[in-house]
Amino acid sequence: MSDLTDLTIAEAREHLAQKKISAVELAKAYQSRMVGHKDFNAYIIETPEIALAAAKVSDEKIAKGKAGIMEGIPIAVKDLFCTRGVLSTACSGILAGFKPPYESTVTANIFGAGAVMLGKTNMDEFAMGSANLNSFYGAVKNPWKRKKDNKDLVPGGSSGGSAAAVAARICAGALGSDTGGSIRQPASFTGTVGIKPTYGRCSRWGMIAFASSLDQAGSIARTVQDAAIMLEAISGFDEKDSTSAEMQTPKFEKALAVKDVKGLKIGIPKEYHSERLDPEIKKLWESGADWLKKQGAEIVDISLPHSKYALPVYYIIAPAEASSNLARYDGVRYGLRIVESADSLDEMYMKTRGEGFGPEVKRRIMMGTYVLSAGYYDAYYRQAQKVRKLIIRDFDEAFKKVDVILTPTTPSAAFALDEKPTDPVEMYLNDIFTVPVNLAGIPAISVPAGLSKDGLPLGLQLIGKMWDEETLFRVGGVLETAADFKTRAL
Amino acid sequence: MDEKTVRKIAKLARLQLKDEEVQHFGQELGGIIKWVEQLSEVDTSGVDETATAGGVRLRTDEVTDGDCREAVLANAPASEFDCFVVPKVIE
Repeated sequence: MSDLTDLTIAEAREHLAQKKISAVELAKAYQSRMVGHKDFNAYIIETPEIALAAAKVSDEKIAKGKAGIMEGIPIAVKDLFCTRGVLSTACSGILAGFKPPYESTVTANIFGAGAVMLGKTNMDEFAMGSANLNSFYGAVKNPWKRKKDNKDLVPGGSSGGSAAAVAARICAGALGSDTGGSIRQPASFTGTVGIKPTYGRCSRWGMIAFASSLDQAGSIARTVQDAAIMLEAISGFDEKDSTSAEMQTPKFEKALAVKDVKGLKIGIPKEYHSERLDPEIKKLWESGADWLKKQGAEIVDISLPHSKYALPVYYIIAPAEASSNLARYDGVRYGLRIVESADSLDEMYMKTRGEGFGPEVKRRIMMGTYVLSAGYYDAYYRQAQKVRKLIIRDFDEAFKKVDVILTPTTPSAAFALDEKPTDPVEMYLNDIFTVPVNLAGIPAISVPAGLSKDGLPLGLQLIGKMWDEETLFRVGGVLETAADFKTRAL
Repeated sequence: MDEKTVRKIAKLARLQLKDEEVQHFGQELGGIIKWVEQLSEVDTSGVDETATAGGVRLRTDEVTDGDCREAVLANAPASEFDCFVVPKVIE
């Protein structure tokens, strides 16, 4: 057999079931590949003993015919998820050394389904960023290189470590989280598939909070089928999260059995076109629509009139929620504490937080505190909440006419580490196509669809109705087949 | 955003900022606020504000957890007599 790390999750599962390979062999294959690719800085901590112990258990369960849907599959876990007894920091200095005494629901679910954890992946601090340049553990390098130079590229963010690990095949699939595009944008930058499910599909319990009304867990994988398998494993009602929906999880993988899009209506939102849109992104978007049309879909022009306001709404609401959520990091119960030369409790708070948070996190806490402060609340926060309602209505109206919306995932391909825009607003524009989805709570998937002229992957985004991930997987599968994206980073 | 406002917000957020950070954040936050102000042009009369796109389920107010003092204190930077320790608050 060729390298075991070449197998997709679906293929590996098949090999395991037929006892052609063992879970221990599979875990070891990934571990030896991880040794050769430490330079990407995708993992902040590797958990080899935990992986081998879990793989042994998986082999026993397979032997007894009691395999879960991800039995023996080696995965990477974004450091945003609390994992019992294993470092969990959201890649922030303020949580340095934190080992939670509990397990997040999402990781408990996926381990319950048999997955094997290889380690925790790097990310932007508290999931705030679109390039993975804001991590306490340093930047992640994209496994992809562009033709014109040999510069190190960003993997996107905030789930940059997870996306890079999937692209480098140093895990079979990875967990991510998406507050404004943090799964889909890095998936697009690394030629991988990433899905953010409907808000409430996955429990947020034990997932370190950034903006609670927007945060959702999801999966990053090499194929649409693998992403579906993983999403099924992590979804489900959880009474510990008051926004978790009391719904049965569909068999997402089965949605892929329908290999066409006959009778489906695909919406193309006119507001996502602009003069500034990169011609090659535009071309790819048109190809995507053509592929779906050829497979039997009807392409329908739609309007989402408030699209241009989604980013400003997001940059009021997300920081406001973050400033409140991050108030808990005070140096008292866990994490960093700077008490030297602090004469009072207040001073200890200020020094600890001033030292422990990185610049982007501080910027957002400041922004959030400002828009929530007396005198500004109505003008900024309340107005943003109203415009959010209008954005939700736009999608409600659109979904009366279409089943799925097709857009680019990102306005550009991955850029170099040293090409980061200095203006924060310009950096925020990376999420222009992904943010509206989080505000509306609806699901969306990014599927690799082509290469830029520089030879870098570009993704297309499919946006679905509330609770209709199944149609996203069906259309995503068709898009994947039509795009026939086979190029690998290495 | 002027220096006075930056310092006031930093105090509210319990963030100690260095002098150069105060200047830097003042500029950046000013730029971000100017950018988000475009929302004022949207007519939202008669629109209800919304805090979430999903539903929120309330549970009965009852104890569901407990008896895990050791676990709760396990990550404390300082603890004594089963309590978290903080700098002296009362003289």
